[in-house]
Amino acid sequence: MTGPQFRLACLAAVALIALAPNLLSPFSITLLNYIGIYALAVLGLVLLSGIGGMLSFGQAAFVGIAAYASAWLTTQMGCSPWLGLVAGLVLTGLVAAILGAVTLRLGGHFLSLSTIAWGLATYFLFGNLPMLGQFNGIPDVPAISIGQYALTSSGSIYYLIWIFVAVALALAANLLNSREGRAVRALRAGHIMAESLGINPFRIKLVTFVIAALLSALSGWLYAHMSRFVSPAPFDVNVGILYLLMAMVGGMAYLSGAVVGAAIVTLLKNGIQDYLPLIASSASGQLEIVVFSVLFIVLLQRARAGIVPFALRFLPRLRPIAPSAAAALERRPQPRPGQTILAVSGATRRFGGLVAVDGVSFELKAGEILGLIGPNGAGKTTMFNLITGALPLHQGKISFLGRDVSRAAQRRIARAGVARTFQHVKLRKSMTLLDTVMLGTYARTRSGFLAGILKMDRHEEQRVRTEAMWQLQRVGLSDRAFELAGNLPLGRQRLLEIARALAADPALLMLDEPAAGLRAGEKAELARLLDALRREGLSILLVEHDMDFVMGLVDRTVVMDFGAKLCEGTPAVVRRDPRVQEAYLGGVA
Amino acid sequence: MNGEIAAILAMDGIASGAIYVLIGLGFVLIFAVTRVIFVPFGDIAAFTALGLASLEAGNRPGTVGLVAVLAVLSTAVEASALVRARALRRLPRALFLYLLLPLIPATTVWFAAGSNLSMPLRIGLALALALPIAPLLDRIVFRPIADASVLLLLTVAVALHFALSGLGLLFFGPEGVRTKPLTEAVFEIAGLTVNAQMVLVVAASVVFSGLLFLFFEFTVQGKALRATAINRTGARLVGIRPASTAAVAYLLASLLAGISGVLIAPVTTIFYDSGFLIGLKAFVGAIIGAMTSYPVTALGAVLVGLLESFASFWLSAYKEVVVFGLLIPVLLWRSLSLVTSEEEEAEE
Repeated sequence: MTGPQFRLACLAAVALIALAPNLLSPFSITLLNYIGIYALAVLGLVLLSGIGGMLSFGQAAFVGIAAYASAWLTTQMGCSPWLGLVAGLVLTGLVAAILGAVTLRLGGHFLSLSTIAWGLATYFLFGNLPMLGQFNGIPDVPAISIGQYALTSSGSIYYLIWIFVAVALALAANLLNSREGRAVRALRAGHIMAESLGINPFRIKLVTFVIAALLSALSGWLYAHMSRFVSPAPFDVNVGILYLLMAMVGGMAYLSGAVVGAAIVTLLKNGIQDYLPLIASSASGQLEIVVFSVLFIVLLQRARAGIVPFALRFLPRLRPIAPSAAAALERRPQPRPGQTILAVSGATRRFGGLVAVDGVSFELKAGEILGLIGPNGAGKTTMFNLITGALPLHQGKISFLGRDVSRAAQRRIARAGVARTFQHVKLRKSMTLLDTVMLGTYARTRSGFLAGILKMDRHEEQRVRTEAMWQLQRVGLSDRAFELAGNLPLGRQRLLEIARALAADPALLMLDEPAAGLRAGEKAELARLLDALRREGLSILLVEHDMDFVMGLVDRTVVMDFGAKLCEGTPAVVRRDPRVQEAYLGGVA
Repeated sequence: MNGEIAAILAMDGIASGAIYVLIGLGFVLIFAVTRVIFVPFGDIAAFTALGLASLEAGNRPGTVGLVAVLAVLSTAVEASALVRARALRRLPRALFLYLLLPLIPATTVWFAAGSNLSMPLRIGLALALALPIAPLLDRIVFRPIADASVLLLLTVAVALHFALSGLGLLFFGPEGVRTKPLTEAVFEIAGLTVNAQMVLVVAASVVFSGLLFLFFEFTVQGKALRATAINRTGARLVGIRPASTAAVAYLLASLLAGISGVLIAPVTTIFYDSGFLIGLKAFVGAIIGAMTSYPVTALGAVLVGLLESFASFWLSAYKEVVVFGLLIPVLLWRSLSLVTSEEEEAEE
């Protein structure tokens, strides 16, 4: 499917939705209204949990905050619902920003647990505040009106709801294809990876959290003015679970999954309400939640990906558009060849009683490949982590390009010009090669969330795409730019990581065991690439196990053993050193 | 507030804290052994209380049906797993463990219900009936995904709670129950009237926590549980089966939850869905213990009880808001003092 065809399909869908009120019964329209309202909240959840990896059980609370804010303002203060919308968005955004600032530093399941906690606390707050009508709620919420025209019937508010859904989907899609959106998608590969590209993961998480809350707020506002009544029950934690179920059924990792999931679960819920009384007449309400919970558990056990990725297999794929050429991104001035760019002196790191790195000093000159070698447990990886800032230094000093970076945060070091790859490849399998490498340019570009959402970043995006294509070409992967990173064999994945690192335009490239797990042919290919990069003037620090690989490639090596530096020199010198022979072979000299 | 009111509130708080201690210890135990944050744990306590109340009223407890259904389901799951693994000779053992064993208390209660039972007998039966629920759920729900991430297991556990609370309503109905007091003795210490029931709750909590400690320190089974908690692969290598240690952990934890259900039933009115809040409050205690430390969890649970008691005096309507609001600073403090490993965090 080409771009115009895709647009045609979208238009057809829009036309179908626009005509629906003329074709369907009022009851079906009401169902569609609910689907749209749920879809908005679920869309936020998809962004937050499916794409950003922060699982929230508490989205219903945000829906509730906006619903109550608008209901209270319109019934008690006599404000217009549109003012209620603004107030709902502002209040929800504020609450989300505060909650996020406090809880988003929590890892994995602790974060999700905290969402249950604030979800419940909010529910009880709604139920106990006298000004919000306690558990009785607020009745007689006015309808939204546009000019003189009040949207009282389900057929009239229908258009408003689905316009919001369409706009929200389009803006969310814009976001995902922007600079910050790529950072959101990268979050699930872990903090260290994000930081190594100069991304501040906490900031990205916080903004994503607020965006998800704002989508919930929109949903809550529409809900309050459609049902004309708010009470605590629709904002309880079990509704948060229902949202999660919708996202999961549709496909957590897909924006369209929000609409598909909301539709399926809403229709199913409706069907269950019709048929359950036939099975168990007295207890259908109770059985409904049992049926949904069981369905959810089975889904989690058997089909975590959801329906959208399954359906996509049968649909024609969108044909990628080759990027048009644009001006390359500005490059940083590279240091003069021979200048010292990295100086480590007396670096020490302890883990409890174990001294993993003990007073190691060495220097790296611009334009050389320095190999850091040593037997298992010598402290190479710890040294690597100290230089990149992934671990704090206990003693000693590390300076990069004349700047002391001993205490600097990881992403500061990355932004100063240190790019790295990982021993265990850290890629998002579901991102294309092109997107993966575009992510690498994060620290060199500027466009923020708003620019991405509103597509005001087109010019920069084009330059980024050009840059990424060039880097893919450098490592020999440009012909597979639109394939998914997860489909590459390990050797190619390592090359892709190098391309991502190169896209940051580093002064120093640090490779953590790049040859591990590669076949002989792949190793030779990698060595050729590194040699070519050196000839272009790039400085490289290589931590490696594979002696043949290192000795044929590097200019100098530093040998570590038991945390301390054993010796340093050209491969020939190091090979002859009896201490090195003893460390590797155990006293044969 | 004067000293006397403060003392009464403190006693109240310690008594409800003691109940949270038992459930909280169960949380930590199960999390350590299986990595499952077993949210429905409060439901086990509530079901025990509801079962006990049914027996008191001379009715047949709804849990009988629940246990029977779960036993049949888990037998089906186990049998199909055995058929697929072509290990049919292990079928008799599976039938015994998953069908016969859980059905023993269920049938006993089925026939005994309605007759005039003494209180200890009623309590024993209610406990025996609650015991199989969690291990059977483990077999049906968690064992097929035992290697999934903590986050996925948590999501499943939350969904499971909602399934159970729906079933609870189906089996027990919407009415709240309160069982007869275990003792009606009242005595006076330093001018304060002290309810013997309260003392009993605290004593039971202390005794059973102590027994748990002895079990871990001095029995092979207890040591196997600790070994699995520390390193699952390592435990496997020395011949410990994670599946059976998980079952033992669930049984033990269910016993603790059941006892807390028996203790709480005479003091508070219990509904089919009361378990969630009781469980989550105990859970706040477990988080204070970082889901790893038993003594800190116990302390945390008592703290939650005290907080709840004082909050209900000052802002009675908002006591739940206060207790769950407390969780956020606690989590924050915990996240600063815990180092999560990067490898665990990254997921695909």
